[in-house]
Amino acid sequence: MGWELWSRQLDEEELVVNGEYDEHSSSSSSRAAGMNGIGHTKLVDPLEDPLPGVGTYEDFNTIDWVREKSKDRDRHREITNKSRESTVALLHSVSDAFSGWLLMLLVGLMAGALAGGIDIAAHWMTDLKEGVCLNGFWFNHEHCCWTSNETTFKERDRCPQWKSWAELIAGTSEGPFAYILNYLMYIIWALLFSFLAVTLVRAFAPYACGSGIPEIKTILSGFIIRGYLGKWTLIIKTITLVLAVSSGLSLGKEGPLVHVACCCANILCHLFTKYRKNEAKRREVLSAAAAVGVSVAFGAPIGGVLFSLEEVSYYFPLKTLWRSFFAALVAAFTLRSINPFGNSRLVLFYVEFHAPWHLVELAPFILLGIFGGLWGALFIKANIAWCRLRKTTRLGHYPVIEVLVVTAATALMAFPNSYTRMSGAELISELFNDCSLLDSSQLCGYKQPANTSDTGLDSLADRPAGEGLYTALWQLALALIFKILITVITFGMKVPSGLFIPSMAVGAIAGRLLGVGMEQLAYYNHDWLIFRGWCSPGADCITPGLYAMVGAAACLGGVTRMTVSLVVIMFELTGGLEYIVPLMAATMTSKWVADAFGREGIYEAHIRLNGYPFLEAKEEFQHSSLAVDVMRPRRGDPALAVLTQDGMTVGEVETLVESTHFSGFPVVVSPESQRLVGFVLRRDLLISIDNARKRQDGIVSASKVVFTEHTPAQPPEAPPQLRLRNIMDLSPFTVTDHTPMDITVDIFRKLGLRQCLVTHNGRLLGIITKKDILKHMAQIANRDPDSILFN
Amino acid sequence: MMKFLLGVEALCLASFVLLTEVSAKNSEDIRCKCICPPYKEVEGHIYKQNVSLKDCNCLHVVEPMPVEGKDVEAYCLRCECKYEERSSGTIKFTIILYLSILGLLLLYMVYLTLLEPMLKRRLFGHSQLIQSDDDVVGDQQPFSNAHSVLSRSHSRPNMLNKVEHAQQRWRRQVQEQRKSVFDRHVVLS
Repeated sequence: MGWELWSRQLDEEELVVNGEYDEHSSSSSSRAAGMNGIGHTKLVDPLEDPLPGVGTYEDFNTIDWVREKSKDRDRHREITNKSRESTVALLHSVSDAFSGWLLMLLVGLMAGALAGGIDIAAHWMTDLKEGVCLNGFWFNHEHCCWTSNETTFKERDRCPQWKSWAELIAGTSEGPFAYILNYLMYIIWALLFSFLAVTLVRAFAPYACGSGIPEIKTILSGFIIRGYLGKWTLIIKTITLVLAVSSGLSLGKEGPLVHVACCCANILCHLFTKYRKNEAKRREVLSAAAAVGVSVAFGAPIGGVLFSLEEVSYYFPLKTLWRSFFAALVAAFTLRSINPFGNSRLVLFYVEFHAPWHLVELAPFILLGIFGGLWGALFIKANIAWCRLRKTTRLGHYPVIEVLVVTAATALMAFPNSYTRMSGAELISELFNDCSLLDSSQLCGYKQPANTSDTGLDSLADRPAGEGLYTALWQLALALIFKILITVITFGMKVPSGLFIPSMAVGAIAGRLLGVGMEQLAYYNHDWLIFRGWCSPGADCITPGLYAMVGAAACLGGVTRMTVSLVVIMFELTGGLEYIVPLMAATMTSKWVADAFGREGIYEAHIRLNGYPFLEAKEEFQHSSLAVDVMRPRRGDPALAVLTQDGMTVGEVETLVESTHFSGFPVVVSPESQRLVGFVLRRDLLISIDNARKRQDGIVSASKVVFTEHTPAQPPEAPPQLRLRNIMDLSPFTVTDHTPMDITVDIFRKLGLRQCLVTHNGRLLGIITKKDILKHMAQIANRDPDSILFN
Repeated sequence: MMKFLLGVEALCLASFVLLTEVSAKNSEDIRCKCICPPYKEVEGHIYKQNVSLKDCNCLHVVEPMPVEGKDVEAYCLRCECKYEERSSGTIKFTIILYLSILGLLLLYMVYLTLLEPMLKRRLFGHSQLIQSDDDVVGDQQPFSNAHSVLSRSHSRPNMLNKVEHAQQRWRRQVQEQRKSVFDRHVVLS
C-alpha cells in the first residue's frame, strides 16, 4: 500500500467506498481495448482505468512486464492519435513526452539536496563524539577552526573555539584522565547514536534497515514490495543513515544513498499519471534513480549510470541511458552548489596526483588484485554465514541489543588507534593522499637523507622511512585486521548500512602498506634488476597513494564483482586517466580470483539468502531438461485448475478461487477439449466479481460467468450474466511440452514473464511459473528448493 | 491534502537551494589559506585571511613574512595558496533542520509507545484497548489476498475521522513490516 501514496487510495477497503463504479459497471461489456492485446475496437478510451484495482498487483508478487508495456504503448498511441484533433490535445501530447525529462530533473534536484544534507549532518555528528564548537554548535571540527589563526603546521586541528569533551567536563586536555574521559564520551555518544538509529528503524520503518541494493535489484526485475520505497522509509532512512554513520560503525552510505534516491524517484512518480499507473515505466525511472544515488555518493555521474546498467537494472532500454545521465548530472550539480565540503569538491577523497607508473609495478598491482579477490570471496562467505545465523537462531530475536553490542565493541577497539577512530571516508582520503612537503601527518613521516640537506631544500623523493612512518605502518596493520573482522558482522544489521566505504578502506590500507613496502625496497636496493632501469637513486618512482587506490578498487571489485563501473568510478574520483591500466588489471584479477570461489557477488548472495524470485540474467542454464519436467501439475498432482469460457457460475468460480492459492487461472473452451482461450489473474477476478455483486443488478451466485465476446442465449428467467472478457489476457504465452528448458528460461528472462502455459498437441497441459523455474534451478545446483519464498 | 504537503515540501526544497546561493557571501565565509612548509630555519606555518580570489597569493596573505629580501621568492614558491568558500548559513540551517526532525520523530515515537495506550485506556476502558490492538489479520496469510480483505470490509460510518483511519492503516502496515523483517526474517535478513 505504500506505492500509491498520494493518489486515490487503491486499498481494498476504499474500493468499496469510492463511488466511481457506476459508469464502469455499465460499460464493462464494451471494453475490448487496453490490456487484451487484440483490440482495435476502441469503444472505450484506454486512458481511463477499466476498474480501479484491476491491473494492479498484490504485495510480494511479480508484475507482468508484457502487459505493462502494452498498456503503455496503447496509451501512447491513443494520445498521438488524439493530438491531431485539437490544440489542447496537442499540448497534452507534448507535455506527456516531456514529463519524463521533468521527472528526471526533479529526481536529480531532490536526491542531490538530500545527499548534501546527509553529508553535512554526518560530518557534524561524527565530530560531535569528540567535542563541540563554542562558536556555534552546528560547526564540525574543521569548520570551527576555519577562520582561526591558532592552527599550526603540525597540529592543523587545534583551535581554542573547539573544545573536546574532556576540556569541557574536566577542564584539562592532557593527561590520562582526559584521555579516559574522551574515551568514555566517545563510547557513550556512539551507543546513543546507534540506539536511536535502531529504535527509529524498528518503530517507524522496518524496511529502512540494511543496504537496500539487493531489494532494489529485485524490485527492478519486476518484484513488488509495497512500502519499500515509500515516504516513511525515505524519512527514516535519511535520518538513521546519519546516525548510523556517525556512531563509528564500520559501514558506508553509498548503498543507502541509492535506496534514498530510489525512494525520491518513487515518490515523485506520483505526480505524473504516465508513471504512477504503469509499473514498467516506473522501473525505468527507478533505474535512473539508482544512477543518481551512486552519482551523489561518489561524484561520478558516468560511473553511476554504468553502475545502474551493470549492477542494479534488469532491463535497461537505450532511452534510460540518456535520461539517467541527465538526472545524475543534475544531482551532481545540485550537490556541488550546496557545497558540503567547502571546496567545491563532491567527494571527500578526490585526489589529483598524476605521478607516472612503470610496467614493472603491474606485478604488485596484480598481487593487490589477488588480495582483493580473496578478501571478497572470504567476506561474502563469512557475511552470508553470519546473516544466516541471524536469520535462523536466537541471535535474530535481539536486534537492538545486537546493534548496541557491536557498536560498543567497535567503539572500544577503534578509539585507541587513530586510523580506526577517524571515519572511513577520512581514512581513505588520507591513504590516497600522496605525501608532499605540505603534509605533516604521521604517514608522511619520512627521514631526510643526510646528503641532500646542504641546499636547505628537502627532497620529496626516495626517502627512508622515519619514526612516524613506522608507527603509522603498524597502526595501519592493526586497523586492517580490525576492519576485516568487524565489517563481516556489521553489514546486514538492522540499521542502514553500506558496503562500499569499508571495502575500499580495507583495500586502501593493504595497498598503502604494499606501496610503502615497495618504496622502501626500492630505496634500499637501487641496484636490483627490477629497479635498475627506471628507479635510480633520487628519483621519485613509487607512489604509495596509487597503490592505495588500486587496492581499494581491487577489494571493492572482489566483493561486488563490478567491472566497468568500478574502473570508471575510480578514475572519475581521481581525474587521472593514466591509471586506467593498473585499475583494470587489479579489477580483472580480483574478479577472476573471486569468481573461482563463488560466482555470486554480495548482492546476489543476499538475494539468494532472502529467497527473492530473482532470475539471474547472467547465469546460464546448463541442464537438458524439458518444459514438461518443470511444469505443474506433476504426475500425481490434482489436475490443473481451469475456468471455462461460459460454463461456470459465479458461485463455482468463487469456490474454485478460494479453495486454491494460485495467482492465475487459464480459461479453456471446455473441460473436455482443453483448448486455450486466455489467462485471467486471481486478483482481477476477485475484484471484478465483488464489484459486480455490489454494483450490477441481479448478479447472484447462479449467474453465469462468460469470457466470450458474444453472450450465449439464455432462458429469460435466468439471472443476468457476468461478462468478464475485459480482464482476461487473450494472448498468454505458451510453449510446447518438448521445449527445452534453456529456451524456456531465456523466454522468461527476455520477456519478463511471470507464468507460461504448456501445451501438448494444441491442448493445455500445465503451467510453468517463475517460482517453478527458480526451484528447479536451485534443485539442480543442489541448493534447498524451499528457500525460494516468493512468487 | 497530500498534494498540499507535496507543495510545501517542494517549497522547502526550493528555498533550501536558494538559501545556499544567497547566504554564501557572508564575509566570514571566504578565506585564502596558504600552507608554507619548513624552510631552512623557519618553521612550517599556515596563514589564513579573508581576501578575495584575486588577492589570494603568497605576497598578500603571508604576513608577517618570516624571511628577508631575496629569500622571499624561494619561500613563496614552496607555499601553496588555495581560495576556499563555504556557506555557514547552509550548515546552520541543515543541522537545525535535522535536529528538529529527529526531535519530532523521537517525540512521536514516545507518544506512540507510551502515551497513546495510556490515554486510550483512560478514555475508552480496558476492553476497547484489547479490541483495537488485536491483530485481525490471520497469522497464516499476513499478506491476505484481495477477497478476504474485501469480504471483511463493511460500510464505515461517515463520522469516522479520516486521519484516525489513515493512522490506523499506517500502524498496521508498520506492524506487518516489522513482523516480516524482525520476527519472521523473511525480508532483509
